[in-house]
Amino acid sequence: MISMAGKAIRRWWALFVLPTFAAFIIGFVVPFIYGIYLSFCEFTTVTDAQFVGFKNYAKALQDKTFLHALLFSTLLTIVTTIIINVVAFAIAYMLTKSIRGSNLFRSVFFMPNLIGGIILGYIWMLLLNGVLAHWSKSLTFDQKYGFWGLVILVCWQQIGYMMIIYIAGMQSLPTDVLEAASVDGANGRQTMFKIIIPLMMPSITVCSFLTVTNGFKLFDQNLALTNGAPSRMSEGLALNITNTFYGRVGFEGVGQAKAVLFFILVAIVSLLQNKLTTSKEVEA
Amino acid sequence: MNGEKAKHSGLWTLFFSMISIAWVFPIFLVIINSFKQKAYISDNAFSFPAGDTFAGWDNYVRGIEQTNFFASFGWTVIVTVGSVLLILLCTSMCAWWIVRVNNWAAKALYILFLFNMIVPFQMLMFTLSWLADRLGLNTPWGLCIIYLGFGAGLAVFIFTGVVKGIPQSLEESAMIDGASVPRIFFQVVVPIMKPSIISVAILEAMWVWNDYLLPYLTLDLNKYKTISVSIQYLKGGYGSVDMGAMMACLVLAIIPIILFYILCQKYIVKGVMAGAVKG
Repeated sequence: MISMAGKAIRRWWALFVLPTFAAFIIGFVVPFIYGIYLSFCEFTTVTDAQFVGFKNYAKALQDKTFLHALLFSTLLTIVTTIIINVVAFAIAYMLTKSIRGSNLFRSVFFMPNLIGGIILGYIWMLLLNGVLAHWSKSLTFDQKYGFWGLVILVCWQQIGYMMIIYIAGMQSLPTDVLEAASVDGANGRQTMFKIIIPLMMPSITVCSFLTVTNGFKLFDQNLALTNGAPSRMSEGLALNITNTFYGRVGFEGVGQAKAVLFFILVAIVSLLQNKLTTSKEVEA
Repeated sequence: MNGEKAKHSGLWTLFFSMISIAWVFPIFLVIINSFKQKAYISDNAFSFPAGDTFAGWDNYVRGIEQTNFFASFGWTVIVTVGSVLLILLCTSMCAWWIVRVNNWAAKALYILFLFNMIVPFQMLMFTLSWLADRLGLNTPWGLCIIYLGFGAGLAVFIFTGVVKGIPQSLEESAMIDGASVPRIFFQVVVPIMKPSIISVAILEAMWVWNDYLLPYLTLDLNKYKTISVSIQYLKGGYGSVDMGAMMACLVLAIIPIILFYILCQKYIVKGVMAGAVKG
């Protein structure tokens, strides 16, 4: 069923849709399709592409640095998703109670989120190298320093963001249900695990979705903090792919194949994660 | 009972005050170090600048010179403002058309935009930077068009959600009164969408302002750099960094963000909420 207004509007497609669509073709559709095609080619400058089948994918999967980056990104994503969501949830829970100064605290916790990844990386490079200097070490001394440095940085950046989302969720919790629980004599722990957390599942879905995808896509912070040092051991997937493209001539096809694998991974993980947490959502 | 509650809340205030101080400490540390002689920054990051180690504004002078900071700042402003205005105008129109027309083409378009949201940038970066170069989009103006194309998904998604909640009756009665379609959009629909337009503006501005890789790959870097790109350039090829200049540039890059945050905090929080939609 199309309304009268709909028919009149439809004729105006050139004005309303074409600008966005044209930019979308340039900025997304053509690069995406061409990118998939190029992942099956050997090339250095796009125009000299020669079809080679699955050779790039085979090379990508044999590349030890790529597999290490996959492990690094996966561990980083798991660790940061858990820490960020637990801490942000706890802070949000406390700050929705009447505590003096809670508005100021919210502002402070959110602030790092506005700062760009490159700048964040150098801020923490200064701080963490300053701390590690006491043991005459630095962030690039061993991959574990790079890993935990990145974890601290990402937590500092994202806890405030997720806190805002959790606070909004908690403020819209139905008060009658919470009152009924306290009348029925539920203790704090029961209220939290049997009522608040199940009712907060929509917010938890959103926040864990954001933290998981942010974890895999992490690039700027990784580049600025360690740039993969020592010897590409603290390299996440996004950085590994970028370095494959621009680091070695002749490996552009392998880089593109890695990028396609990366896309598939991100798509699957985000869909699975969304399904998993959405299935736990309940109605009040 | 009441007294006990107050006591607890006082302890919590103390607790959160301490965490807040720790939270802003990294930024405080960068400010301190920006006034230190560069040789002392790596050696002892936690000491206050005093006597020999105090550098005055030297780091700022060198940092601004080495990065051509004000030029980068200007280009960042142009790219951010240009991209955000273009995204707001084009995607709000597109979203309204998609919802109101709602035929197979509109639905297909909507699904394409949803798909755009889950594709990581690395998937496109090589072909996109090549295409941008071929089409002559390697200027700040061209970059705005690329941001519109690559960032369309989220904005269209948020705006379609908003338009679906607007009753059609207003638009229909305007149409019966003889208003043209563009006029209906700009005079009837846009005012209703205004709060969400502000939210999307904040969300997109935060993304474009801080983005590093897209401007780095597409812009003609001999002529144009954004703030993130010029800070990364300070690092140079072989790890030799002028830490003093770096600290000064970090401070200069953070100041406008903090000012913006203090002025627009209410809208920023709303923008975050608008972005927290299920993908």
